[in-house]
Amino acid sequence: MVEQVRKLLDKRLKTPEELEKLRQSIISDKDTSRILISVCGGTGCRASGAEAVVDAFAEEIERLELQAKIEFKETGCHGFCERGPVVLIGPKKIFYQHVQPEDVPEIVAETVLQGKPIQRLLYTDPATNEEITYETDVPFYKRQTRLILGANGEIDPTDIEQYIAAGGYSALSKALFHMTPEKIISEVTDSGLRGRGGGGFPTGRKWQSCLKAKGDIKYVLCNADEGDPGAYQDRSILEGNPHSVIEGMIIGAYAIGSNNGYIYVRNEYPLAVERTIIALEQAMDYGFLGENILGSGFNFTITINKGGGAFVCGESSALIASLEGKIGEPKAKYTHMSEKGLWDKPSLLNNVKTWANVPLIVNKGTDWYSKIGTKGSKGTMIFSLVGKINNSGLVEVPMGITLREMIYDIGGGIPGGKKFKAVQTGGPSGGCIPEEYLDTPVDFDELTKLGSMMGSGGMIVMDEDNCMVDVARYFIEFLKGESCGKCVPCREGLAKMSEILNRISHGQGKPEDIEVMTDLGEILNNGALCALGRSAANPVLSTIKYFKDEYLAHINDKKCPAGVCRELIEYSIDPDKCTGCGACVRACSTNAISGEKKEPHVINQGMCIKCGACYDTCKFDAVIKG
Amino acid sequence: MTKYWISSETSIEIDSAEDNNVVHFSVDDKDVIVSNGQTIYEALQRQSGIGNIPALCYHPSVRPYGACRLCTVEVSEDGGKNFRFVASCLYPVKEGLVVKTNTERVRNLRKGIIELLLARCPNTKVLQELADEYGVEKPRFALGDHDCILCGLCVRACQEIIGKSAISLVNRGIYKEVAAPFYAYELGEECIGCGDCAFICPTGAIKMGENGKPELPRVKIPYAEIGAMASAAEG
Ligand SMILES: Cc1cc2nc3c(=O)[nH]c(=O)nc-3n(C[C@H](O)[C@H](O)[C@H](O)COP(=O)(O)O)c2cc1C
Ligand code: SF4
Ligand code: FES
Repeated sequence: MVEQVRKLLDKRLKTPEELEKLRQSIISDKDTSRILISVCGGTGCRASGAEAVVDAFAEEIERLELQAKIEFKETGCHGFCERGPVVLIGPKKIFYQHVQPEDVPEIVAETVLQGKPIQRLLYTDPATNEEITYETDVPFYKRQTRLILGANGEIDPTDIEQYIAAGGYSALSKALFHMTPEKIISEVTDSGLRGRGGGGFPTGRKWQSCLKAKGDIKYVLCNADEGDPGAYQDRSILEGNPHSVIEGMIIGAYAIGSNNGYIYVRNEYPLAVERTIIALEQAMDYGFLGENILGSGFNFTITINKGGGAFVCGESSALIASLEGKIGEPKAKYTHMSEKGLWDKPSLLNNVKTWANVPLIVNKGTDWYSKIGTKGSKGTMIFSLVGKINNSGLVEVPMGITLREMIYDIGGGIPGGKKFKAVQTGGPSGGCIPEEYLDTPVDFDELTKLGSMMGSGGMIVMDEDNCMVDVARYFIEFLKGESCGKCVPCREGLAKMSEILNRISHGQGKPEDIEVMTDLGEILNNGALCALGRSAANPVLSTIKYFKDEYLAHINDKKCPAGVCRELIEYSIDPDKCTGCGACVRACSTNAISGEKKEPHVINQGMCIKCGACYDTCKFDAVIKG
Repeated sequence: MTKYWISSETSIEIDSAEDNNVVHFSVDDKDVIVSNGQTIYEALQRQSGIGNIPALCYHPSVRPYGACRLCTVEVSEDGGKNFRFVASCLYPVKEGLVVKTNTERVRNLRKGIIELLLARCPNTKVLQELADEYGVEKPRFALGDHDCILCGLCVRACQEIIGKSAISLVNRGIYKEVAAPFYAYELGEECIGCGDCAFICPTGAIKMGENGKPELPRVKIPYAEIGAMASAAEG
């Protein structure tokens, strides 16, 4: 009794044995006859109404008093966000997509209680038109290796015991009690893990220099700034499995001898912030953080710091300035952070995904880990696969998979029978890769060789309707807006680059523009202070390299072959096809179209603002864009 | 015995024995010896006069900042195999470093930077002189009409020398500019009117006004967005 009361008051685990005991008791207390319903509560699914679905399930379970029969949980992101809200049922994971609250009573009555799948909620493979019942058979998931993201669909991120039941914190216990700091670092080094924040720096080497750095105060930092438009891998990990990151950080801290850590997360990620805070509190309650962790004598705490949401604040020296309360501007890094980082103390900064890999490596060992991936890039990488692609979402694959497999096998190819044109990888300062390189294995070095990069794992697929000049313009506009403005090449160079690209897409390109932009690219690459500027020319240089014809068409012929740059396209009506139905007349907001009823219509070019409304409206394909 | 240059005119012949107080390294194929704990720029430009490295955001009285990038040189830490570009005003001298201050690549880079700065500030004398020296003719870009190159010297001088921080750099990217607290252009009480900012400004963009306070160089692009932001903030 006294024992029980004491336990209630203090959940802190004092030995590794207590952790194992707790794990066993959670597992054995679990009623395995209960049927699992897991609803994705990631930001993507929430945006399509997952919260209402969660409420509907909770109400239905209560109404039918099925608590004893059903285990219900809201989890983190499952990755297939465009199909959200996503629901998984039962041990075999029946996969339901686009679930609405109205569907819930039927799901409970039919699927949960009687095991019958509901056809209308199943995923249909667009390639075969076949309905697929189980998550593991959905092509989007089939080719993935979800080492990091896998647990997202299985555990409730707000309940540390679910993480523990799934083996959580066993790597920490192993590291603290069965490994020396040197041994941990050599394991991380030998695993071949490279930083997932974009640079791909060997993680073990970074840890080693932090271990060697002199100083009794050292910091461990987690970069969760994730400022790339379209990337949300780090957010999804923090939302779905925050303890994996925390466990990685504690192991890293023990390895280099640090007692204080920070998670720098962007403030625009409220759910990630909320769940990370809950996870930190629970880790503290259970004795994984704080003093004398698991009775090892090692102390470590983590503070969460909300960033202001500038892209450049993800850059390591700007992140540190921001953490210190200064303007988030980069500084030259001729002295390494491992010697002088946060408040001039040795600091170890890694990305969310990098940290999440650490428990895996410690638990399963270097031999296992280094078998996954390519020679120079080990493990898996998480991509956010978006753009002109049938299946978009978060995809975790072993390094070395080809672009073609990513786009066609996992992504299901290009919608609408359109032709693939390019894939843009690596975030805003990545490059565009054309079709001829689709069989390139995806890893850090191969992407760099192609003039692009791994970056944070952005992957935007483009088809024949994308204009590559416009794509370059878009990314340069983004980078121009995010440049901190400290150094001349980046501040002035990007402004000039954007000026030129805007001119070209408005039909005012000059023959020398390509050369001038190439020169600017060199100034940025060689002269800019930080990697934002040093990589900012990639979108322009790679499109000039692979799609020069498109630039020339814009500059010399004043034509946009993809029909995107408004000033360079003209709409006209094919008199043979036009039935004179008048639909375009009603669609046109400037009254530029005229014609008698049932007679071919014409567009007054002087009044046309090239919005394309007539083109989209005409049912007879009579409007010509060219 | 090796011959080491200690200034542009003077050399000495000594053994290159280990000594923590000095650093031996090579600059444009000359062996050089300088005292330790300096940056390349300080060592070459200030201490010895070896080399001719341009710099706009450097001043010996304030901490280096690394913004203009004109002082970029190529360095190799592996005895001359691999070179990379670094800002010499920030890069510390190291034993055995190989420095190239005037390669074609370096000159091209400086030329490009000068072209960009001259496009921003076409009427600025220091830039016109640098443009002559580096063979920059008319910039290939649309011209602006600024005077301020955003080197940040005035801000650092006010903070580090005067201890006032009456001005700072605000905003980011091409919107960056020098302003008084709360994004004001008129200097308030924090400013003691010492004129240090006007003195240190390499382009003459800051002038002392009749009220005894400096007149800040307004960025003259009409920033509709900032106006909109301001009026949104006012409600
Ligand atoms: C402009 C810029 C933005 C960056 N943004 C991020 C980011 O959002 N998240 C991140 O982990 N790393 C980002 N990085 C990379 C970091 O500087 C740093 O290399 C990384 O956090 C180190 O962790 P890693 O070794 O685990 O990759 C950015 C770099 C640059 C130049
Ligand atoms: S490269 Fe761009 S972001 Fe980086 S310091 Fe220079 S201006 Fe700032
Ligand atoms: S003097 Fe070195 S960057 Fe300006």
